[in-house]
Amino acid sequence: MSHLLDFSINVLQMGLIFAIMVLGVYITYRILDFPDLSVDGSFVTGAAVASVLLLNGVNPFVACVAAFVAGLGAGFITGFLHVKLGITNLLSGILVMIGLYSINLRIMGKSNLPLFSNETIFSLDVHPLVVIAAFALVSKLLLDFLLSTKLGFLIIGTGDNPDMITSLGIDTGKMKILALMLSNGLVALAGSIMAQYQRFADVGMGTGIVVMGLASIIFGETIFKRISIMLPTTMALLGSILYRFSIGAALNLGLSPTDLKLVTCVIIVFALSAGNAHRFTGVKRLLKGGLANASIK
Amino acid sequence: MLQLSNLYKTFNKGTVNENNLYRGLSLKVNSGDFITIIGGNGAGKSTLLNLISGKIDPDEGAILLNDSDITHMPEFRKSKLMARVFQDPSKGTCPSMTILENMSLAYNKGKAYGLSMGANKKQVGLFQELLSQIGIGLEDKLHTKVSLLSGGQRQALSLIMSTMTSPELLLLDEHTAALDPKTSEIIINLTEKIVTEKKITTMMVTHNMNHAMKMGNRLLMMQRGRIAIDICGEEKQGLTQEKLLSMFEKAGCEDAVSDRMLLA
Repeated sequence: MSHLLDFSINVLQMGLIFAIMVLGVYITYRILDFPDLSVDGSFVTGAAVASVLLLNGVNPFVACVAAFVAGLGAGFITGFLHVKLGITNLLSGILVMIGLYSINLRIMGKSNLPLFSNETIFSLDVHPLVVIAAFALVSKLLLDFLLSTKLGFLIIGTGDNPDMITSLGIDTGKMKILALMLSNGLVALAGSIMAQYQRFADVGMGTGIVVMGLASIIFGETIFKRISIMLPTTMALLGSILYRFSIGAALNLGLSPTDLKLVTCVIIVFALSAGNAHRFTGVKRLLKGGLANASIK
Repeated sequence: MLQLSNLYKTFNKGTVNENNLYRGLSLKVNSGDFITIIGGNGAGKSTLLNLISGKIDPDEGAILLNDSDITHMPEFRKSKLMARVFQDPSKGTCPSMTILENMSLAYNKGKAYGLSMGANKKQVGLFQELLSQIGIGLEDKLHTKVSLLSGGQRQALSLIMSTMTSPELLLLDEHTAALDPKTSEIIINLTEKIVTEKKITTMMVTHNMNHAMKMGNRLLMMQRGRIAIDICGEEKQGLTQEKLLSMFEKAGCEDAVSDRMLLA
């Protein structure tokens, strides 16, 4: 029983830390329709900035804010490359991701930075889950608020129909940069919390973050899309927890942690193809009635 | 009001497909003009609107709006000065937002888009009134996502939205071409009503010769990047199809036959 409780708390904690990152990926991937790969780098940037500041005795909450600001900067560069220099969205993200690897190493000074006895946001006299849940909920509510404002409408519109936003006399390039900044800010914040939670920052901890984010978003949408009143940000948040749960379950089933990336990919493939089930009808008929009945179009 | 002087535009410069569309195009649009523009494919009608709206940059020449030079102004800045409705009904609205949200966005044009609530609940009455004049029941669908509307409904909404803030110049780029005849008539009537009521200077590209003759106070016929016919006032009021066709032939429009087919 206590094992199950530990498992649930662990899933919730990891799920909610990553949920902040998922909200960030949601902004670019779903709202802006921009597959932003720079988050793999900015997650580590957040962890690196926060860790270095903590090692220098800075207040942990200030360190989190600093990590967020560093993320804004990373997002700005991706946006600048895409909007001002005209580099394709995918390549802009990749370039920033690669560039950030070196920058993160510069910030950290070495590839792994342990936080032994330093004060963190978890040094407060409350359960870590409370701290994490507070960060995740505040991030979600602030994002919900932003998306319901006039400025938020412009960001949604920029992803939806840039021509229409341009016709309102608005520079869609600025909106893209703003959304990318916000997205990477949230991802970096998640990175800084993750570093404090696991008590180290590692230059490789961001690998696959974007895929993890996508998996969580798709997971959440696939399961909750029938509940029409549920906000997409809520789906993203729950999706992150569900994703963590399935990863935890896979580990409990005896898979090794090194298999997790593959598990993630399989989850995404299943979630993405579940919506396109009609494409399998040919295959199904083939299995049922043999070649003769299968019309291959 | 709007003055185009000596515009040059070449597409695919330096290739075998080089197309010198405009070689010194000039046009003066007077305040309050409602101009209909017709012409065959490739005559440069849509490109003309694209040049004015800033979607395309001219190679040479100048575009003046109310005596200020807007030739090379970025598109989004020019958009503040004018409104445009496209042929494609999906271009004028945001599909994932509701009608109310779309109209709130458009209503705020020209003002700051800050952190106040996006959906303008105070103006619901006004929005419903504007929508009810179309007469297709959109006023009861304020909370419907635009992606669920038909092409005609979207185009009506686009037209209402683009003229809500009374722009000085309205550009209509074959805005009824993608609609069925009945819906097309609804949109045309709505266009006529709005333009007359608000006295907006309007340029309307159309493939429908009847619309071009009946609507507006001035008619332009474009042919290979130049304005072949420009008639206005009483001369335009007295136009018949026969007169117009004979004018085409006199003006040496080689593709008059295909234009004639448009009358079918």
